[in-house]
Amino acid sequence: MRALTKKNLLILSSIILTFALVQVLFMVGILNSFYEITIATICINIILAVSLNLVTGFTGQFSLGHAGFMSIGAYVCAIISMRMGSVGGFIFGMLAGALAAAFVGVLIGIPTLRLKGDYLAIATLGMAEIVRVVFLNLEITNGAAGLNGIPRYANWLWLFLFTVLAVVLINNFIKSSPGRACIAIREDEIAAESMGINTTKYKVIAFAIGAFFAGLAGGLYSSYFYFLKPDLFGFMKSVDILVIVVLGGLGSLTGSVIAAILLALITTFLQSFTAVRMIVYAALLVLIMIFRPQGLMGSKEINDILKFRFRNKDEKIE
Amino acid sequence: MPLLKVDKLTKSFGGLTAVSNVSLHIDRGELVGLIGPNGAGKTTLFNLLTGVYVPTSGSINLEKDSGVIELAGKKPYNVTKEGLARTFQNIRLFKDLTVIDNVRIAMHLNVKYGLGSAFLHFNKYHNEEDELKAEAERLLDIFHLSHKKNELAKNLPYGEQRHLEIARALATKPSLLLLDEPAAGMNPYETAALTDIIEWIRTEFDLTILLIEHDMSLVMKICERIYVLDYGMLIASGEPDEIRKNKRVIEAYLGEDVNNA
Repeated sequence: MRALTKKNLLILSSIILTFALVQVLFMVGILNSFYEITIATICINIILAVSLNLVTGFTGQFSLGHAGFMSIGAYVCAIISMRMGSVGGFIFGMLAGALAAAFVGVLIGIPTLRLKGDYLAIATLGMAEIVRVVFLNLEITNGAAGLNGIPRYANWLWLFLFTVLAVVLINNFIKSSPGRACIAIREDEIAAESMGINTTKYKVIAFAIGAFFAGLAGGLYSSYFYFLKPDLFGFMKSVDILVIVVLGGLGSLTGSVIAAILLALITTFLQSFTAVRMIVYAALLVLIMIFRPQGLMGSKEINDILKFRFRNKDEKIE
Repeated sequence: MPLLKVDKLTKSFGGLTAVSNVSLHIDRGELVGLIGPNGAGKTTLFNLLTGVYVPTSGSINLEKDSGVIELAGKKPYNVTKEGLARTFQNIRLFKDLTVIDNVRIAMHLNVKYGLGSAFLHFNKYHNEEDELKAEAERLLDIFHLSHKKNELAKNLPYGEQRHLEIARALATKPSLLLLDEPAAGMNPYETAALTDIIEWIRTEFDLTILLIEHDMSLVMKICERIYVLDYGMLIASGEPDEIRKNKRVIEAYLGEDVNNA
């Protein structure tokens, strides 16, 4: 690892600063517990959106089943941390949940990823429904009543750590050769195959990685909100995640992060206007999509924009 | 022993036989042309060779250092792995990606680092990525594209897109290169320049080339042997001069002899 380049140091220091700033705001009391829930939602949504973006935005596979993977991570983490009742148990549960989700991702990906577009969307939607119904009928998940009293280990530190981990790892993956193979599949599947890319393999890899991180997000959710029921992970949850991804821009991790923050903030501020809340929220989505159909960031990342700025400056000096 | 030996290759789509009982061979280092009127089955033959279609019958044998390999029925990515690369008749670049990324994606098979390095960017990742970048730039240099490496492929002029497609095919390190109408849509100057480039990469990369082309100035100038397809069947083969005079070829292109009419 070339850990100590100037760029990496800059990124690292801004990550630590962000963490410290929010931590201080919590301690001083400017951010109360009401906002803490918003921040937790933001973190979980960032992980969900970034992982779905890898599948839908970068690899071009339209998935409507992300909530299914999230629920697998959530239930596995909840059940394990309830039995073990320690921070170690929580971390172990998170990993086990994520791996279980990734495993299911591979199992479902192999048969369904030969489908394209709308057909794949329907198949993944069906998959998520099956997962939901299974949790509804299992004894260990306590059926429709759900799991109550899951030990709460997820705090700002854990939420932040896992969010940074998800964004950094997925960003690294996209900048690697397997990541470029995934992007090639999105661009032109036939050309990708003739360049020696095993398209099925890379689609399944992307699907499994997406499922893994969705599982992590689920684990964080279960531990932070300490209550789970199958209804939380229905079709609408998958759509919510997809909205964040499309709004931020398919193929832009920065976009997903910004959109996750923006939508959570909008929801929080609209909470005081209960009657018109959903109408305003929906209207905002429609407006953004009309004026930015490619999403807030298109397929650009924050580096692209900064680089462009710098280049313009240089040119002016010359 | 020829590099590629195609034996009695047939492909039927329902009742239509697009390629019928075609046998041909290409020796190592040769530059062979494949011509024929529109709809003769040239691109179908390419698609069979590269694994896009599975042949109805027949065999495709590729000679490698390790022995002879049967390509019929292999998936496209495995065919590429064995050393066959191609370009497409209707350009199929990764349009929304940069020029250099187009080439880097094609170098995918040479990358040795695994998923771990991909996620964590170990030293291995950086070393290999640096090499990859340098190699991609070398390839782009050959086609005079290195100054445009960060442009999106779709923003290149048409002729340069054709060049980039060849550069991308070369990036897979092929032993046999299949070019599907590389000069289509080019003006005479561009075609002449392309002719030079094809001859140059052939010696530089030690390539064997099979090309489909309608531009006879290019075909007659650089091809050592020519195969002619019509209605899916091989109607002639030989050196350019023989093909030029071949009665069946003239008939296929221009219709039957006027005296018989």
